[in-house]
Amino acid sequence: MTAFLKARMPVLAVGISILLLWYGGAIWLNAPQAIEGFARAGRAWGAMDLVHQTFAMKRPVLPTPDQVLSDLIDSLFHYPPTSIRNLLYHAGVTAEATLLGFLMGVAFGALLAVGIVHLKTLDSSLMPWVIISQTIPILAIAPMVVVIFGNLGFTGLLPKAVISMYLCFFPITIGLVKGLRSTDPLALDLMRTYSASVSQTFWLLRLPTSLPYLFTSIKVSIAISLIGAIVAELPTGGTAGLGARLLSGSYYGQTVQIWSALVMSALLSLTLVGLAGLAERLIVGRGGRKGA
Amino acid sequence: MHARRSPMTPLVLLTLPAFALPVGGLAESPLAWWQSTPALLALAIVLASLVLARWTPRTAFTEALLLAPGLFAGAALPLVLLDGGVALDQAAGLWMFLAGILALLWHVMERLTECSGFFRHLLVPALFGVMLIYLWEVGVRGFQVPSVLLPPPSSIAGALTTQTANLEDDFFQTVIKAVLRGYLWGCGAGFAVAILADRVPFLARGLLPFGNLVSAIPVVGIAPIMVMWFGFDWPSKAAVVVVMTFFPMLVNTLAGLAASEAIQLDLMRSYAAGYWRTLLMLRLPNAMPFLFNGLKINSTLALIGAIVAEFFGTPVVGMGFRISTEVARMNLSIVWATIVVAGITGSLMYGGLSWLERTVTAWHPSYRRR
Repeated sequence: MTAFLKARMPVLAVGISILLLWYGGAIWLNAPQAIEGFARAGRAWGAMDLVHQTFAMKRPVLPTPDQVLSDLIDSLFHYPPTSIRNLLYHAGVTAEATLLGFLMGVAFGALLAVGIVHLKTLDSSLMPWVIISQTIPILAIAPMVVVIFGNLGFTGLLPKAVISMYLCFFPITIGLVKGLRSTDPLALDLMRTYSASVSQTFWLLRLPTSLPYLFTSIKVSIAISLIGAIVAELPTGGTAGLGARLLSGSYYGQTVQIWSALVMSALLSLTLVGLAGLAERLIVGRGGRKGA
Repeated sequence: MHARRSPMTPLVLLTLPAFALPVGGLAESPLAWWQSTPALLALAIVLASLVLARWTPRTAFTEALLLAPGLFAGAALPLVLLDGGVALDQAAGLWMFLAGILALLWHVMERLTECSGFFRHLLVPALFGVMLIYLWEVGVRGFQVPSVLLPPPSSIAGALTTQTANLEDDFFQTVIKAVLRGYLWGCGAGFAVAILADRVPFLARGLLPFGNLVSAIPVVGIAPIMVMWFGFDWPSKAAVVVVMTFFPMLVNTLAGLAASEAIQLDLMRSYAAGYWRTLLMLRLPNAMPFLFNGLKINSTLALIGAIVAEFFGTPVVGMGFRISTEVARMNLSIVWATIVVAGITGSLMYGGLSWLERTVTAWHPSYRRR
């Protein structure tokens, strides 16, 4: 127990100091507004009144962690999951786009990687452009992609998924190219002595050895995919999704709503990355790499 | 010999039926190949260069060189026809011909890949990029895609020249004011805290889990909060950039500082070098690849952060502002021009950092000649 505590001490200490800073920041940032409120009400106030008031503002500049938490709990448990006031509903909408975009990104990224590994010409012609494509701040064109797809008659899920796809194919391609090339030359020679075909070598040797690389990329990709889906929800001015919650919160000055949407997206992201990690352990573990 | 070895030659031959099909449409009636002078001219040049490349003793490079005029003439044909008022949406023959030209281009790229150095690493990717832009131009204009969906590259280039003043202002507002300041502050702070955490291991063990946690969180989401705190002008954008760049820099610097080997550290100790001297002479140089990795990741993150933050409110200037308003006004060529500016900025930042990395860490094994 003490060993456990000792190992967690630094994390706990930093976590607690972040909380303290947060509450301190809430007093500092909300004070002007609170003082103005006191003055308008024409009542005298002391230091304790001020602290109390800054922790319980309706539209605080910085809400306190407990305000955010209670808003989150309120929305999660006091409304049915299908209600528009339940954050789970918004998280579901965003997760749908995230996962679709992620799957498309994995398919596209894997296709590029396989092409690049097998065709020398594609390696030298396409690879530089794959890298350049990521120096373009693609989130910037999210609104345009949404408008273009809207004109073509696609709204809702697909435009968001396409933006997620564009963001998350890159880590997959890079990771998989590296993984497919990291096959042991000895094992490749062995496959040649078996006179294995290119596709046999690919499925039986190259792909299994590249799995650890692939999963590292997948964990990065799925987090980026969520960012893509959230940003894609901003310009649609939509009513559903975590990005739409962020936008409407910022329009109406509902800071607590923004923060709880942020916390919700962090939770969603951690869940998705956790699931990817679980899949990794199940699939890579099965290949017997643990024993090796 | 060479021609037989390439699998692309049959593809070029497959385009033969194209010449029985119309090359375009003029005034609602199909236009055959023999009725159009530019089509015949282009065909002649393509055939001449094919014949020359086939029956001249050659290296990979001279073959590519001999095929170049044919490629150029074939690629120019649709553009010339379009300028001559010929409609291409029914021109099956021309599109088949173009497919053949693309197969030829692929063949040329294959040959150039066999060449060394410059051709392989610069010319081949450049050709591929030109091909993408060319297909975009021909496809959009040939099939008359409305410009509210996708403007052709030529009209984007037009917007780049006519809107230069606006684009310059946006660039100044977003990149120079917000991105650069936020980037320097964020990376600087990340680096400084990493050094501090390195001196106080307790802090490092406490901060690292949070750094990893933040990397999984969509940090862009703080943009509306920052806009609320710091107002509409550049400080709020710079603040978003600071928060976005801080943790990648922190995590990378910490990883870099741990990269020195025990035996090297022992050597420094046997020289009686203190903490700071060891840091300057051994550990920071060893950490350079990690530092540059963080800097490179951050260069794209910073641009994204600033532009997205501008979606939440700006003064009437800035790249994010330009994109969101011109999208609403259906001026897509200006939007694309802004994206071109952003893309070039991002590529230059990335390229500059890569160059700096090469110069600073030329000793590193990953740059050794194989």
